[in-house]
Amino acid sequence: MGKNLFESVWEQHTVRELPSGQTQLFVGLHLIHEVTSPQAFQMLRERGLKVMHPDRTFATVDHIVPTDIRDRPFLDDLAEKMMVAIEWNTKEFELPFYGVGDPRQGVVHVIGPELGLTQPGMTIVCGDSHTATHGAFGAIAFGIGTSQVRDALATQCLSMSKTKVRRIEVRGSLKEGVYAKDVILAIIGQLGVKGGMGYAYEYGGDVIDAMSMEERMTVCNMSIEGGARCGYVNPDDTTFEYLEGRPHAPRGDDFAMATQWWSSLASGEDASYDDVVSLDGFAIAPTVTWGITPGQSCAVDECTPKLDTVPDSDRTGVAEALEYMGFAEEQPVVGTEIDVAFIGSCTNSRISDLREAAKVAKSRKVREGVKALVVPGSVQVREQAQKEGLHEVFQEAGFEWREAGCSMCLAMNPDKLRGDQICASTSNRNFKGRQGSPTGRTLLMSPAMVAAAAVTGSITDVRKLMN
Amino acid sequence: MATTSTDRIRSKVQGRAVPVRGADIDTDRIIPARYLRTVTFDNLGEHAFEDDRAGGGHPFDDERFQGASVLLANANFGCGSSREHAPQALMRWGLHAFVAESFAEIFFGNCIALGLPCFVVSAVDAARLQDAIEVDPNLMLTCDVGGQQVRFGQQVVEAKIPEGPREQFLKGTWDALGQLLEDKEAIAKTAQSLPYVGGTWRKIRT
Ligand code: SF4
Repeated sequence: MGKNLFESVWEQHTVRELPSGQTQLFVGLHLIHEVTSPQAFQMLRERGLKVMHPDRTFATVDHIVPTDIRDRPFLDDLAEKMMVAIEWNTKEFELPFYGVGDPRQGVVHVIGPELGLTQPGMTIVCGDSHTATHGAFGAIAFGIGTSQVRDALATQCLSMSKTKVRRIEVRGSLKEGVYAKDVILAIIGQLGVKGGMGYAYEYGGDVIDAMSMEERMTVCNMSIEGGARCGYVNPDDTTFEYLEGRPHAPRGDDFAMATQWWSSLASGEDASYDDVVSLDGFAIAPTVTWGITPGQSCAVDECTPKLDTVPDSDRTGVAEALEYMGFAEEQPVVGTEIDVAFIGSCTNSRISDLREAAKVAKSRKVREGVKALVVPGSVQVREQAQKEGLHEVFQEAGFEWREAGCSMCLAMNPDKLRGDQICASTSNRNFKGRQGSPTGRTLLMSPAMVAAAAVTGSITDVRKLMN
Repeated sequence: MATTSTDRIRSKVQGRAVPVRGADIDTDRIIPARYLRTVTFDNLGEHAFEDDRAGGGHPFDDERFQGASVLLANANFGCGSSREHAPQALMRWGLHAFVAESFAEIFFGNCIALGLPCFVVSAVDAARLQDAIEVDPNLMLTCDVGGQQVRFGQQVVEAKIPEGPREQFLKGTWDALGQLLEDKEAIAKTAQSLPYVGGTWRKIRT
């Protein structure tokens, strides 16, 4: 049996086995943002350590930055303090930093790929659980905590235990109106939010093969929501085409050599896995979450569950979710009135996401009383969208057109839900209080579905608005 | 830099416990994002579970559980965001060990890095422990890392910690930084062998 990509990359990055039995793993790319790094830099200072590989470390700001008025100092003192901290830390430790005003600034998981920093065969870490996004390129990418950010800064290594690998095959093709977001929500719905614990997910099959890089990023992004710390897709021509010509991608002869190495790492046909599951792509419908974990979802034309029919082990959780969300048992999700529509986050804020949402928003109006905002994932995405006139489509429809950042994905900046508002959101987490109000409610779905909800004022099957 | 230190050995955590029931308790609930607007980990303890506590009746506000040093949870505890602020907040609230049916991996890794053992018990034992502590909040628990068990009263439950972290707690090497710095040559060798480091793709020819 051959090796899968995870094993090959793990092997190539193994520095040594530690006395504890864990692996000292070399980190190929370390991405930094303002929330999980200041304490790590402080720990370095206290121990008199330097950054070992400033050439493999890149920083930006995304979580706390305002997406409307970006003048300094920020109106929020605490946010300003964090901004000053990352500016100071990256200067002191001599790290490349893409701050507010830099054309390369954006959500860390959007800019890594678009700058060509993210490449196949790398190990990539960031103090952020959605680092698995970079796995779309055939990298082993995972989120870490602040003490590990310190370790990666000081040693370019982490102490890690190897995980098992599960291949998830999505066969067939997708129907119209069904997107990458629906695929990952369907996977999590089937395998559960704990299903991936102890595993890396390898996504494959015809549906994944046919996806663009941006779609693959959406799928890998939410691996952590299924309990898998890391998720990836084997690199192929789609990957190489995306990378060619990007600022940090290899050039000329180097690019040809790089593709050779990248291809050699991909799981072969005879690769072995600890587990294999498969899903029928054709059976996936536009999907919406109705609960407080990303696994609590259904097809848009379905209803919330009936408690008697839920397995015993899930019943308390489902009852808690229905109560928090204000849903009855067996209530259709279609028609749920919304207060806010949010298009953004590292899951769905790339140019193809905005194009799909714009198609739905075009020549329509955001329903009165609904606050709708589009927050591009990066300055580059924003500029590309403006070149294509998408901002005008959104603005004419009544969406607010914002600057790049995480925004209402986790509401550390001024963009927040109020009270128990209901938000149709393209982000990745529908946890209690996630969008900034302790009683706020989030329904996750694709960008096209959020646009459909914005213009109709309630959860709507986007397929009815197409053609 | 020393890689072991006796005051870092975590062979046992003894004390009273606090039960926090429910599956899939995520780190946004443990410490809401608004408290991440900080450049230190100080003062997080008082905000642990703040939004859950606002609803009233939370065990963290229950007089009987004040001063607890062990948290008793259910499945997938600490899922979601990688924020180390979550175990930091719980540690600063006074907790030194966690016992649950299962832990989200990043949370588990963050706890190791802070020297906080996480014990995995069966669903039945998790519920048994939670029930016991509710009946008698003064019950003393002994969470034994080497013996992989939690003892309380006359009872013993099996409580697993994977071998790697177990060794780290027993030897006092859970702070990985020292070990990672030990062999800088090996790090340099791995870096050199990787074609993308230093932008020298030519090296894959050989
Ligand atoms: S967009 Fe949301 S999930 Fe992504 S990095 Fe920002 S806060 Fe985290």
